[in-house]
Amino acid sequence: MDITYDLLLRIFPALADAPSWVLVAIVAGLPALACFAFMGVGPVIYVYAERKISGFMQDRLGPMRVGKWGLLQTIADTVKLLFKEAIFPRDVDRTLFLLAPIIVCVGAFLPLVVIPWGARLQTADLNVGVFFVAAISSLSVIGLIMAGWASNNKYALFGGMRSAAQIVSYEIPAIMLLLVPVMIAGSLSLQDLVAVQAGGLQNWLLFRYFPIMPIAFVMFFVAGMAECNRTPFDIPEAESELVAGFHTEYSGFFFAMFMMAEYTEMFVISAVSSVLFLGGYLSPFPGGVLQTLGPLPLGWFWLIFKAWFLIFVMMWLRWTLPRLRVDQLMHVAWKVLLPVAFVLVVVTGFFVLLPETANGFLWDRWVAWPLTLAFVAFLFVVMVRALRWNRRRAQELAA
Amino acid sequence: MSASELTPPAANDWDPEALDTDEMILQMGPQHPATHGVLRVELRTDGEVVNAARPHIGYLHRCFEKHCENVDYPGVMPYADRMDYVAAMGNTLGFALAVEKLAGIEVSPYVNTVRVIMAELQRIASHCVAVGTYTMDIGAFTPFLHLLRDREKVLDLFEWTCGARLLYNYNWVGGVSHDLPDGFGRAARDLLREFDAITIPELIDLIIGNKIFIKRLAGVGVCSPELGISYDLTGPNLRGSGIPRDLRKDAPYCGYESYDFEVALGEGRFGPLGSCFDRNWVRVVEMRESSRILHQALDRLEKMERTDVHEKVPKRVKVPKGEVYFRSEAPRGQLGYYVVSDGKANPYRVKVKSPCFTAMSVFHHLARGMMIADIVALIGSLDIVLGEIDR
Repeated sequence: MDITYDLLLRIFPALADAPSWVLVAIVAGLPALACFAFMGVGPVIYVYAERKISGFMQDRLGPMRVGKWGLLQTIADTVKLLFKEAIFPRDVDRTLFLLAPIIVCVGAFLPLVVIPWGARLQTADLNVGVFFVAAISSLSVIGLIMAGWASNNKYALFGGMRSAAQIVSYEIPAIMLLLVPVMIAGSLSLQDLVAVQAGGLQNWLLFRYFPIMPIAFVMFFVAGMAECNRTPFDIPEAESELVAGFHTEYSGFFFAMFMMAEYTEMFVISAVSSVLFLGGYLSPFPGGVLQTLGPLPLGWFWLIFKAWFLIFVMMWLRWTLPRLRVDQLMHVAWKVLLPVAFVLVVVTGFFVLLPETANGFLWDRWVAWPLTLAFVAFLFVVMVRALRWNRRRAQELAA
Repeated sequence: MSASELTPPAANDWDPEALDTDEMILQMGPQHPATHGVLRVELRTDGEVVNAARPHIGYLHRCFEKHCENVDYPGVMPYADRMDYVAAMGNTLGFALAVEKLAGIEVSPYVNTVRVIMAELQRIASHCVAVGTYTMDIGAFTPFLHLLRDREKVLDLFEWTCGARLLYNYNWVGGVSHDLPDGFGRAARDLLREFDAITIPELIDLIIGNKIFIKRLAGVGVCSPELGISYDLTGPNLRGSGIPRDLRKDAPYCGYESYDFEVALGEGRFGPLGSCFDRNWVRVVEMRESSRILHQALDRLEKMERTDVHEKVPKRVKVPKGEVYFRSEAPRGQLGYYVVSDGKANPYRVKVKSPCFTAMSVFHHLARGMMIADIVALIGSLDIVLGEIDR
């Protein structure tokens, strides 16, 4: 808030004389407006990216007609959805039916309040930030059940029940895993969590406590993916089984709200993952290189860059993997993720207590870096080999 | 296998009075993304578990058999195309062969080879749809589009040959409608080479070997060999249970006996034999075997002397009084035509033994005790086409 205030005063010095409630309204309102703008525009970008990425993976072009490279396609779709009639089937519970998408949206959008975009660029630096994210994002499950129940449709009911079971199950390992970085930082505030990782790539939590943190990161990402109903965990809206799951009966803008909520939730999960494990708004270069570009702070760029990369990974997985069955999904949550998460929490707690390992293992400097590099090199080799294989096949075909 | 396992569920399963308080009737279809057409499945579910399932068919009934009695023999062909619209070549081939058998027409080896080429290309195209939509049922969208892309290329060949992409009216009584165009062999070989070298390995890499895919399917919808035979399953569904029954080997027609190919069989590699995975795997292997047959047929075609494909096509098909039953191996199993002739221009009676119909009949048996997601997997693995069930 301070930075908004300082900036405003610098640009409009006359504001200093304004009554205090005007200042508060403006200073609180501007970041809120920015968040609103971001959550409104974000899904448009993600949907376009999703359609293009899926298109390239499926050997087709994706949207190409509206605007250059189909850039305006999602805007056209949004306009279409806005103008479409919202259909209320007979016998739906109108109150709940209308309330459901709103609650889902609130649950998806509210965590943006505590996402830090920079050292001082944050709507509210709550001292319980991580807890706030976990608590608010589980609000949306109420909306999903509400939608399933109020639709008076058996498929929607199934979708609602499935999403309740799934989100509640995956929330537990996710929160356990949130504790791992929180214990190391000793704070629930997202700002403090980022501050712990300052000093370049090698200080990111992902690259410390070598075997613990990478596992925690991957597991948190998986649990987060399950929380926002992405394939392979998209059983609440499994198209081939439940038609459209909980939003079967929704149309027009209410349908769009569910979509917006889903994509925003993706962003929130990705942003939280990058804050916890990938250094949040910090630049990956040591010594704060490119943390600012002249007078322009680049924190927001790094956060969005990391979060969008994770979103890309989510889309990549979605268009590659098939869907799990309900019981297999529960199996993953309760029998794999949760026990491992418990073990990680206990082990991390143990090492944090010892003074000599409180800031990472002794071998981290020697092991974590080289191993991560080796892994990246391995991925590179695999990619090159795949490309070579493709080229050889193409040559064979041409012969 | 005990007798009790072979008995169908009791009829009073569907008595509304007998419905448990926990249970719910779920109508799946006729408009549902997973039922592959206008199939309606009534499920009695307890939460996610299906206690009983009952398929309702007939939404696509178009009086095929009655229509046949009112048109002459060549006129039946377009109707036969529309039965199994995903594999139209196989339908017309069966009917043409049945009528030729009754009328005593012998076609030239050239025409036979052309028919084999068309039938096997159609088998590849049909299995592309079957396997592709199946992966979509399991939740993976990408392999579906990859396979449809390759099916397009097969359809391009068909279009090049006879002008149609879906319903060809290609096999005639006594021949085929068009000769293969010049350069067909080369184009077909290019397609097959790409198919063998890229599509199939990619498909196996991407989805068939995927752990989630295997976990979802292996051990689901297990149809034992005895059950399969007792319900008269045919084609890939029966071969998925490990029974090597293929009419191209057992009762060859069109010179299939002279081709070197293997009958694809379910192996039960990741679970019990006869699971959904096996039935799907058989289709994948069959595509490869079809490609083998096609290579041989194309080789043969190059050495063969071209004959007029209309040489034996009668101006007016005259069929002597009598009846014939002819069965052929369509992509979905044994397709049988029972044709009765009273010596007039129109058939007196045409009865079709549909492979999808019998596959559908085992559905209620296998569906008991499954989860809803497995029901989708089961319907997909049986690879039904409603046009052929309802006719």
